[in-house]
Amino acid sequence: MDTMTRLDGATEPREAGRRAGDRPARRFRLRAWATIAAFLLPALVLFCLLVVAPILLALYASLFKWNGFGVLPTDFIGLDNFTRLFEDEIFLGDLWRGLLLIVLSVGVQLPLALGIALLLNQPMRGRAVYRLLFFAPYVVSEVIAAVLFTMVFSPEQGLANRILTAIGLEGLTSTWLADPSTVMYTLFIVMTWKYFGFYMIIFLAGRQAIPSEVTEAAAIDGANTWQIFRHVTLPLLGPTIRIGVFLSVIGTIQLFDLVWVLTGGGPIHTSETLAVTMFQYGFARYQVGYASAISVVMFIISLVFALGYQRWVMRRDIEGAITGMKDHR
Amino acid sequence: MSAHARVAPARRRPWPKSVAMHLVVVVIGTFILVPIAYGVLSGFKTNSQLSTNPFGLPAPWVPSNYTDVLAAGEFWRQIGNSTLIALATALLVVGVSAMAAYVFARYAFRGREAVFMFFATGLMFPFAVAILPLFVLLRTLGLLDNPLGVILPQAAFGLPLTIIILRQFFRTVPGEIEEAATLDGCSAFGFFWRILLPMARPAIATVSVLAVVNSWNNFMLPLVVFNDPSWWTLPVGVQQFSGQYSSDTARILAYVVLAMIPALAFYSVAERQLIGGLAAGATKG
Repeated sequence: MDTMTRLDGATEPREAGRRAGDRPARRFRLRAWATIAAFLLPALVLFCLLVVAPILLALYASLFKWNGFGVLPTDFIGLDNFTRLFEDEIFLGDLWRGLLLIVLSVGVQLPLALGIALLLNQPMRGRAVYRLLFFAPYVVSEVIAAVLFTMVFSPEQGLANRILTAIGLEGLTSTWLADPSTVMYTLFIVMTWKYFGFYMIIFLAGRQAIPSEVTEAAAIDGANTWQIFRHVTLPLLGPTIRIGVFLSVIGTIQLFDLVWVLTGGGPIHTSETLAVTMFQYGFARYQVGYASAISVVMFIISLVFALGYQRWVMRRDIEGAITGMKDHR
Repeated sequence: MSAHARVAPARRRPWPKSVAMHLVVVVIGTFILVPIAYGVLSGFKTNSQLSTNPFGLPAPWVPSNYTDVLAAGEFWRQIGNSTLIALATALLVVGVSAMAAYVFARYAFRGREAVFMFFATGLMFPFAVAILPLFVLLRTLGLLDNPLGVILPQAAFGLPLTIIILRQFFRTVPGEIEEAATLDGCSAFGFFWRILLPMARPAIATVSVLAVVNSWNNFMLPLVVFNDPSWWTLPVGVQQFSGQYSSDTARILAYVVLAMIPALAFYSVAERQLIGGLAAGATKG
């Protein structure tokens, strides 16, 4: 509400027209509405047709038994797909594996990215090169990274085992992606290779937005490096870190390409994610109704997480962003 | 030492600390670089060289893996497809988003924030959620094995982020400029096209680069849309190639390395826009 009144004040001619209601002003208003409609329509049509409609269609199809042929499903079965989900070991495993990857990403990958970002914020020789290098895997597609690491972690010829053998650590050699007990950690190594540079760049941008006066003042007041990090840098990086966690969780929920090419979800479903299970039911087994139910669960998890996170964790940041917006208008 | 001489004396650190710092980044750099170097060198080996000599330089250097890939038409065809789809996606998503962002940034109207939020919520919908119905929809519209079947959905899913970044930028253009243009007889579209877009060139470049990179790396959608190999994009082609030559490690690595080059080359040219865009998306989203 506050936004609306403030913005109405900014567009005086239209506001005056609305008060007076005389004919030229009304025509002016009509013209403004026509402009608004003409500029918004392409985006609205594209968004509704190809983002909103498919999501609604998934909600609808999840209530049907459907092999995916024809335009719309007909065999209504209510919530049977969802009750079936909660007896499906693979699906329940997907949830646990998703949680494991989230815990590893937030607990290992993000702190690593933060540490490297703070390190590369210091003056040191070659830091521009390191920054460029660490971010480079992010622009390589997940498929290419996955094919490359299939070779690196191949049991006989693979580079990983060859290196371990060469440096005398035969005991640590493994079949990596072919072993149910190591596949998730191997997957996480590849995820880290691909994505830690992305979070490093975000944290670096956040760190560089902190004015150097703040840390210098703390140093003059006698704070040591750890105290400056703990009580100055870290709190000021809060919003950036919270966004990083948000992106990491949402990205992990929908992880597909990397797993699909590295393992296809195997061995015996031990690396499947929600998206991989959904894809297999939908495109390989033609159980589109059931696969849609998995999509709906993914959607609900993302939605609940996003809303809850924004409500409870990022609220302060959003308030800050809105008060900050006043400067612009 | 010369690098240290430039910083203030208070910041100079004792050498063990700077050695430790370098050690950490060198270790991480090795972790990043070794798989890539392994791919590049292995591409120059035969498979028997690979099993007898996994680490060393190729002896002799065998360029045939690379030259075979480069001589075959499919690699170039996939690059062409990926390029066409990426450029068309970027053009569409940036054009449509710029129009919407212009209205969101510079017009006050009832329901504006609601419509904006409607778009912004699109940010948190995983692409994977919509893939099945999207496939059915594209099949119904006859867009399978048609580049539009990838371009249009990619553009639609790119709208939220692009609109958010562009709206943020358009807001910073002073209102006086629009008033002056209007007084000089400029229409709304004229202002948008001739004044706002040219002024927003850095922001436009940023969101275009993001759109190109996202499109270039997209895998799931082209995988289900393109059945016909002549439309495959690079990620689909790499996956199929690795399946087809699964025992020929050296050849696959050569293909992977060549497939990496366009993205890395683009990154080296558009690094500033890409990193600026990601930072903007993360901090201002």
